[in-house]
Amino acid sequence: MLNGVQFGLMLFLLAAGLTLVFGIMDMINLAHGSLYMIGAYLTATFVGITGVFWLGVLLAVVGTALIGMLLEFSILRQLYRRDHLSQVLATFALILIINEVVRIIWGSQPLLLSAPEGLSGPIEILPGLNYSAFRLTIIGVGLVVAMGLFLLVNNTRVGMWLRAGASNREMAQAMGVPIKPLFTLLFGVGAALCAIAGAFLGPILAVQVGMGESILILAFVVIVIGGIGSVKGALVGALLVGIVDTAGRAFLPLLLSQVASPEVASNLGPALASILIYLLMAVVLFFKPQGLFPART
Amino acid sequence: MPRNWPIPLVLLGLLLVFPPIASATGLEFYTGLVTKIMIFALAASSLNLILGYGGMVSFGHAAYFGVGAYAAAILAREGVSSAWVIWPVAMVLSGLLAFLIGAICLRTRGVYFIMITLAFAQMIYFLVVSFKQYGGEDGLRARRPDFGLFELSDTTLYYLTLAVLTAVLYALYRLVNSRFGRVLQAIRENESRAATIGYPVYQFQLAAFVIAGVLAGLAGVLMAHYTQYASPNLLAWQQSGHLMMMVILGGVGQFWGGVLGAATLLIVEEILQDLTIYWQLGVGLILLLIVLFAPMGIAGLFGRRAR
Repeated sequence: MLNGVQFGLMLFLLAAGLTLVFGIMDMINLAHGSLYMIGAYLTATFVGITGVFWLGVLLAVVGTALIGMLLEFSILRQLYRRDHLSQVLATFALILIINEVVRIIWGSQPLLLSAPEGLSGPIEILPGLNYSAFRLTIIGVGLVVAMGLFLLVNNTRVGMWLRAGASNREMAQAMGVPIKPLFTLLFGVGAALCAIAGAFLGPILAVQVGMGESILILAFVVIVIGGIGSVKGALVGALLVGIVDTAGRAFLPLLLSQVASPEVASNLGPALASILIYLLMAVVLFFKPQGLFPART
Repeated sequence: MPRNWPIPLVLLGLLLVFPPIASATGLEFYTGLVTKIMIFALAASSLNLILGYGGMVSFGHAAYFGVGAYAAAILAREGVSSAWVIWPVAMVLSGLLAFLIGAICLRTRGVYFIMITLAFAQMIYFLVVSFKQYGGEDGLRARRPDFGLFELSDTTLYYLTLAVLTAVLYALYRLVNSRFGRVLQAIRENESRAATIGYPVYQFQLAAFVIAGVLAGLAGVLMAHYTQYASPNLLAWQQSGHLMMMVILGGVGQFWGGVLGAATLLIVEEILQDLTIYWQLGVGLILLLIVLFAPMGIAGLFGRRAR
């Protein structure tokens, strides 16, 4: 259950950036997963250089944000006015390019990124219940970032500009909102969120080429379930997906073995667990084609 | 007859005499490459029907392609050796799948349609990978089937694929210029107008979706015969992206878009693979440039000149 929450919060970090870019700039960015990968690789590298986990994470987040802004400035900006098909294709091309560049720089072997020492052991959260300290930290970081993002979007001037830009770009521009730098900044924030997710999931999953793609699809499932452009929807969707996925993996094989032969259960269980979240998405879309929290009416 | 009708005929003639020339000059390898190109041309053309003519951006087309290949491989594993059984079963299966998926997905529009087709394709992928007795993540070896009339060697497979591709392209040509095709394009241009005139939009789109599914399944069967192997990669979402790339590269909604795109992309990939192990970098760069600077694809470049 806690694993589900932890995974869900990390998914939220990815999905939040994606949903903001998607909802506010109306831009499908498949390369979002690549930024997550870059974040994880940079973290591994900087932690290796500095030897201090937190400093490495900080450097990686800044670095990824800069790379993200550079991408937006040089390539993605051309695509805002194009149809979704072009955006899908162009960012698909970016995935291929970034994957190969990463492979050229870091090689195709997975990198080793270990959790910081003080947090590697289990701690007792309830009497008799041990839980990994690092995973607990992840939950904490996820919650703090989520709160910060809510405050940013709902209570600050920049957030107001963002929402204005989302509902009517030309009008906001006419009223003096600096849309272009704003969008570049927003993209940087999205990239930074990716990097945080990459830095903290890196020690749990493996840091390797292609790590971005599998999680990207999950992030898309999250924002489609939550409703495109809605940060609240992304949070609910991410927690839902994280819990359903983790719980499915843990309990479905057990459940199946009650009703079917062990052989069938061990075969079908993991498959059904992988399918579960897509089923969830199909059901949600079937009943609420705009997602759970539609951002626009 | 289209204005430039001799070009396809000349191409067909060249393709007919290609294998003997290739084997005479010691280039048998290229017969295989051309077979692969023709198979992907078939799959990409089927995607072009719904993507280009129907305006339905399906990001899950690999599902039907892969299901066709797996149907062929699994039937072969279970002892069915006659192609006269394997082909219809595989096509009906992928058609049924397209019907089910299409019936649900076509209720949504735009980005949601892209995502939900992707979600269904992912479900199929994980389902197939979970069947350990059929290879799981390793894929499944598939013997070539028995046609009764002839032995299925590399050369006969080449001619078989060529015949199938020619027949399908002819049928597609008739289809997109028929009343059905016109209505489909009218729906793409303006859905509510088509509905107002009285066309059942949903049924037309679903029919096109199923036809595309069946043809992709057929391409999948040929792919399984070609490699004698059904790989989970055929079902992966990157494969859907690959097929979409071909259509965009060739030209969305241009009749020859699928064929041109498949040929160009596969040849470029082949060349780059020879040059460097980082060939995907080149493919990505080329694709990016195409999207940024030639949104109508290769067929669009020719079309502009002809106009």
